[in-house]
Amino acid sequence: MNREKTRMRVIKDWVFVAVVVTLSFLAIVPLVLILSYIVKNGLSSLTWEFLVELPRPVGEKGGGVANAIVGSFLLVIIASLPAIPLGVSAGIYLSEREGGRLSFLTRLAVEVLHGTPSIVIGIIAYLWLVIRMGRFSALSGGIALGIMMLPVIVRTTEETLKLIPDSLKEASLALGVPYHRTILKVILPAGLGGIMTGVLISVARIAGETAPLLFTAFGNPFMTWNIIKPVNALPLVIYNYATSPYPEWHAIAWGASCVLVGLVLALNLTARIIARRWEVKF
Amino acid sequence: MANLFSSKPKVLSRTRGLWAEAAFQKTLSISALAILVLLTAIFLSLLIHSSPSLKAFGLTFFFSQTWDPVSSRFGALVFFVGTLLTSFLALLICLPFSLAISIFIGEYFREGILSSILKQVTELLAGIPSVIYGFWGLFVLVPIVRDLEIKLGILPHGVGILAASLILSVMVIPYAASISREVIALVPSDIKEAGYSLGATRQEVVTKIILPYAGSGIMAGTLLALGRALGETMAVTMVIGNSNILPHSIFSPGNTMASVIANEFTEATGRLYLSSLIEIGLLLFLVALTINFIGRYIIKKVSIRA
Repeated sequence: MNREKTRMRVIKDWVFVAVVVTLSFLAIVPLVLILSYIVKNGLSSLTWEFLVELPRPVGEKGGGVANAIVGSFLLVIIASLPAIPLGVSAGIYLSEREGGRLSFLTRLAVEVLHGTPSIVIGIIAYLWLVIRMGRFSALSGGIALGIMMLPVIVRTTEETLKLIPDSLKEASLALGVPYHRTILKVILPAGLGGIMTGVLISVARIAGETAPLLFTAFGNPFMTWNIIKPVNALPLVIYNYATSPYPEWHAIAWGASCVLVGLVLALNLTARIIARRWEVKF
Repeated sequence: MANLFSSKPKVLSRTRGLWAEAAFQKTLSISALAILVLLTAIFLSLLIHSSPSLKAFGLTFFFSQTWDPVSSRFGALVFFVGTLLTSFLALLICLPFSLAISIFIGEYFREGILSSILKQVTELLAGIPSVIYGFWGLFVLVPIVRDLEIKLGILPHGVGILAASLILSVMVIPYAASISREVIALVPSDIKEAGYSLGATRQEVVTKIILPYAGSGIMAGTLLALGRALGETMAVTMVIGNSNILPHSIFSPGNTMASVIANEFTEATGRLYLSSLIEIGLLLFLVALTINFIGRYIIKKVSIRA
């Protein structure tokens, strides 16, 4: 009787392990499926022409997504220009003043901003820029993406700089180096790896964002470098072409997915390599 | 003589140094303040621009299911139901998997190649853009759901609440697993050993000691995943069917708060129409904010205890 019970418990133990292992690996299946599906469908349309040509009208074979690649590039640049300096300097502020009311509130604001749904950021960029300018533009899309980058950069900067030991700062100050030079020439370089990791992760985050671009950058079938005109972006191409009824466009969307996933994974990988290589260690 | 000449610039540079010092400090505080101002401005903008609809509909906005741009009458009940249904269904589907992953990484295989593969893969899952999930869902998942519906003998839409929940559940697994695996790894070994010394099997230690101890952390992770699911736009928009009729089963097409904004914002012509959509955006913002706060609060409590 007692022995029977023990055996049941041991069996239950085994079953439990089996269930945990199976479920864990079942959770990976979607990723494998998605990646293999994208590679399978996307690689066939990935040619040199695909990367350098403009999209063609429905019915014509071929065509590419050069305008979307340029557009995505433009959007990332527009987003980074204000977001990186602002994010890094706010991160420095937070790491330098741990207590204090402004730090507390800013930290809270960063958390909230991080959790804000991307579509809401899109609405904001529409209200602030699109309505005022009277047109969809790369600028408004870039600003929307910049707002999404901010919290990631602030947090990684703060966390990285906090890891740097006080002794480093004290040594610099003891040598008579002014505070701002200490921060700029000693602390920031020491934490550069972590900050760059944060920047890359945030770029990876916004490069694939579609929702904030729907009513800001809007999409544009032509090539443009003008930041006050609507531009196309890779995620927008995927969304518009995937939901279209034409198989030729679906093929282009698969190709664009391939490029986008490759880009995002490469960014994440680079970020991880930098993080490992330039880890803050003392 | 040389000293005399060089002393003047030195003094100058010192005052310039002081000035730079002050400017530097000011730049830092201003940028911290800027983020605070940005968030406040976001909230106020949403509030101001949704005021026409707030005034026109008041509380009926929450309970009315008519969404009629032609006669300018708007109620968001359909979208609330859509959002709640898809998010909670997604959580329900994702929980067994995310829990298994956390137990796998946090307890059974703390080191080694298996758990590092699992960790990397879940991080990759979090990095894939949501439009790609939507695209894949549209072409792979929706046909599967349609086949299922044909087998069950219901109207085969394919797109709908179920498809959206399934794709969402895949997307939120990394978020739900990320915190719980850390909390599970933090469970002190002395209480686990106490369990073993009483003759408990590993399964009993996991289900009766580790999971209850890590309960609030798991809860926090689940909340963050919920916040993520509520605000998710693209993947849901692509597979939910975009119907503004109250869904009567998990197979019927629907619309969520985020997907209705994505679909109708650019075509919203009337002032009231646009303002109603912005009000939905405001609610989305507030709900996400609340959930994030509760989640963070629980995490903070857990990390103080650990």
